Amino acid sequence: MEGDIPHYLAGLEVGRGRRDRVNRPLVIALFLLPAAALFFTFVIFPIIQAAYLSLFRWNGLGPLDNFVGFDNFVYMFKHKPFRQALLHNLIIAALSIGVQLPIALGLALLIRGKLPGRILFRAIFFVPYIISESITAVIWSFIFNPRFAASDVINSVLDFVLPFFEPGAWLGDPKKVLIALFVVLSWKFFGLHMILYIAGLQDIPSEIEEAASIDGANDLQTLWFVTIPMLSRTIFTTIYLSVLGSIQQFDLVWLMTEGGPVNASEVLTTYMYRHGFVSFRLGYGSSVAVVLFLICLVFSLVYQKIFMQQQYAGLAD
Amino acid sequence: MRKPTTRVLQYVTVSIVSVIVLGPLYIAVFGGFKESGELVNNPFSLPRVWILDNYRYIIGLGSFWQQLLNSTIVMVGTIFLATFSASLASFVFARMRFKGRDTIFNVFMIGLMFPIMVAILPLYILMRQLGLLNSLFGLILVEAAFQLSGMILIMRGFFRSIPRELEDATYIDGGGPFTFFWRVLLPLSRPALAANAALAMVFSWNLLFLPLLALNDEVFYTLPLGTMQFFGQYTAYWSRLMAFIVLAALPAVIFYLLAERHIVSGLTGGALKG
Repeated sequence: MEGDIPHYLAGLEVGRGRRDRVNRPLVIALFLLPAAALFFTFVIFPIIQAAYLSLFRWNGLGPLDNFVGFDNFVYMFKHKPFRQALLHNLIIAALSIGVQLPIALGLALLIRGKLPGRILFRAIFFVPYIISESITAVIWSFIFNPRFAASDVINSVLDFVLPFFEPGAWLGDPKKVLIALFVVLSWKFFGLHMILYIAGLQDIPSEIEEAASIDGANDLQTLWFVTIPMLSRTIFTTIYLSVLGSIQQFDLVWLMTEGGPVNASEVLTTYMYRHGFVSFRLGYGSSVAVVLFLICLVFSLVYQKIFMQQQYAGLAD
Repeated sequence: MRKPTTRVLQYVTVSIVSVIVLGPLYIAVFGGFKESGELVNNPFSLPRVWILDNYRYIIGLGSFWQQLLNSTIVMVGTIFLATFSASLASFVFARMRFKGRDTIFNVFMIGLMFPIMVAILPLYILMRQLGLLNSLFGLILVEAAFQLSGMILIMRGFFRSIPRELEDATYIDGGGPFTFFWRVLLPLSRPALAANAALAMVFSWNLLFLPLLALNDEVFYTLPLGTMQFFGQYTAYWSRLMAFIVLAALPAVIFYLLAERHIVSGLTGGALKG
């Protein structure tokens, strides 16, 4: 009866057969294998191992025989430099959210719409994000060097603009070093947030803002009651990225100040490097890593639960 | 909004910000053409005499080229390995139904919740156990692993948007899942692949902390590590240092100018579309 099947359906039959012959579990396993192997070996396993190693005093070379329970964690939370480092991370995160993000949002609002040359400005503002932290650190170390003319210029400008400003060293002054690092971080990262805001603003239908102004809202009211609420998803995302970004900051701090002067700019990652790796205390370093991991994980889960539910709703489906 | 004074204020503001953004880069680029004394005393002026010695010195420096090569190897290897494994996995997550799929997918998403810097010390210990220290291949494995979560998130979304009919058509034509993946899905997903690759490039090219722990032998140094070393050695020779960092930054900047669209779409797509 084969002759009765139209030729185009004959092809379909062949296709069906092929599809049934495929061993689906095998295909799934093979396709997942490379990613799963990489991910479990290099992302999941190191954290699990660190949790185990964190219970030991271990210099990284000898046998793992000095079990100390949770002593490393007790020591960590009593260790003043650790608490300072945690505080510095919080300060940097707070400054990023309170200063850097509003500036980025303001600029995004300025160069949205039809401002001629906006593409050029957008490109310029984004350049620092592409430049590596190590290069950024070299340039800004030069700029902040108190013996060089560049820092004199900055000091005189600020002295002129800010009434209570005291000119002086930046990276060498424990009171100013965090501000100086924050300036560099903002220089490097505001462009990223600005790009995210611009993308978010593009998704807001212009009719809504126009409707608000037709209803008699002025520009500020439209911004505050319409634009910013509609941008809240993006704003929550940038806050999230800012917090995680400040926790992971190492390169700039280490190259520009090594956490000094006298721990004044120590952050969690430089603390882990100094007290875990440089001083050959890998057991202790592992416990610091576990705490950093838990901080990130708890923050991510809580934050996403509260603020980003809609956005990541797609994650679980 | 359309008042001329508003426009002027807009331009004044963005111009001031542009000066702040470009000023440090200006100091570096032109500083490389100055004597160190002039750079230190007149960082903002154009060079009185244009000196090529600093740039020439760096271009003649074997270690600079070695680091450039190492960075390129690690970057290309990372992109290839991460894109390959992430797209295979994304295919399964996007187009196949099976028990436990969402759980496995969510486990992969843990990688989005903590940055690689947090895990550097445990990674160092693991790499030492596996004999992957002082090896560019070891760096590639780790960097690719940490790119997976973000890539899978972006690619799964993209793969889902490809119409079901195309998949059926492949099977009707006698192809299997791999044919569909390789011949249909990947070629159609070029925008997502490009965005992913662009992000991985920026990540890999700029990474310092991992190479700092994993590489002892200078032969394997990548550019950020080389920059750090050069910074330590030439603190009194600023114009040479500036020439070094300008040449080290050049590939990334050229790449940015060529791939701006992909970088931006990768960042905005990955961060905003869950």
